[in-house]
Amino acid sequence: MIKQYETVFIATPVLSDIQMKEAVAKYTKLITDNGGEIVYEEDWGLKQLAYPIQHKTSGFYYLIEFKADPQFVGTLETQYHRDERILRYLTVSLDKNAVAYAEHRRQTRAAKAAAAAAPKAEEAPAAEAEAEVNAE
Amino acid sequence: MANNNEIRYLNPPTVEVRKKKYCRFKKAGIKYVDYKDPEFLKKFLNEQGKILPRRITGTSLKFQRKVAQAVKRARSLALLPYVTDLLK
Repeated sequence: MIKQYETVFIATPVLSDIQMKEAVAKYTKLITDNGGEIVYEEDWGLKQLAYPIQHKTSGFYYLIEFKADPQFVGTLETQYHRDERILRYLTVSLDKNAVAYAEHRRQTRAAKAAAAAAPKAEEAPAAEAEAEVNAE
Repeated sequence: MANNNEIRYLNPPTVEVRKKKYCRFKKAGIKYVDYKDPEFLKKFLNEQGKILPRRITGTSLKFQRKVAQAVKRARSLALLPYVTDLLK
């Protein structure tokens, strides 16, 4: 039986970008090796924590949406628990409304990202054109 | 004397019209309360970060349970504080 899950973990802020990527790769690999399927990944970056955890006031947040067997969640959480880099983790199963919401959220975020990227792309040639005009 | 039975007020009597509370989830057709959005969940918290009762927010029971669940998840992920002052 395959269910859809969503997991968020908080890694310590002392990690470098490469170490963070390694940690992410470890968990994505763990999911795919155990017959899971990654649906979506999202990096929230370094965020301020609402209260200190292990004397740390910030952390790297990372969200993974995946499909897997319910028995796999236990193994994933033990791995999180044994990992000293992970401050906190939360895994929730998604019901049909949650799946629909996640889909919608993904699309709106993608649209926003595209909208944010598009004006920049437009501005750049415009700026170039202006520069050319000035040069002439 | 025209009509003595008629009561006349100098000032128009003020009738308190209470605005009916409604469940914002039912009205907006929201089906899932997201724990990843702390700014939205703050609408259901008081200044100390406590969950507001239904009698104030007007949320239906079904969604109050979901809001409570989402707030608790957000708290465990340090997206919302457990205790605080001056949240807003």
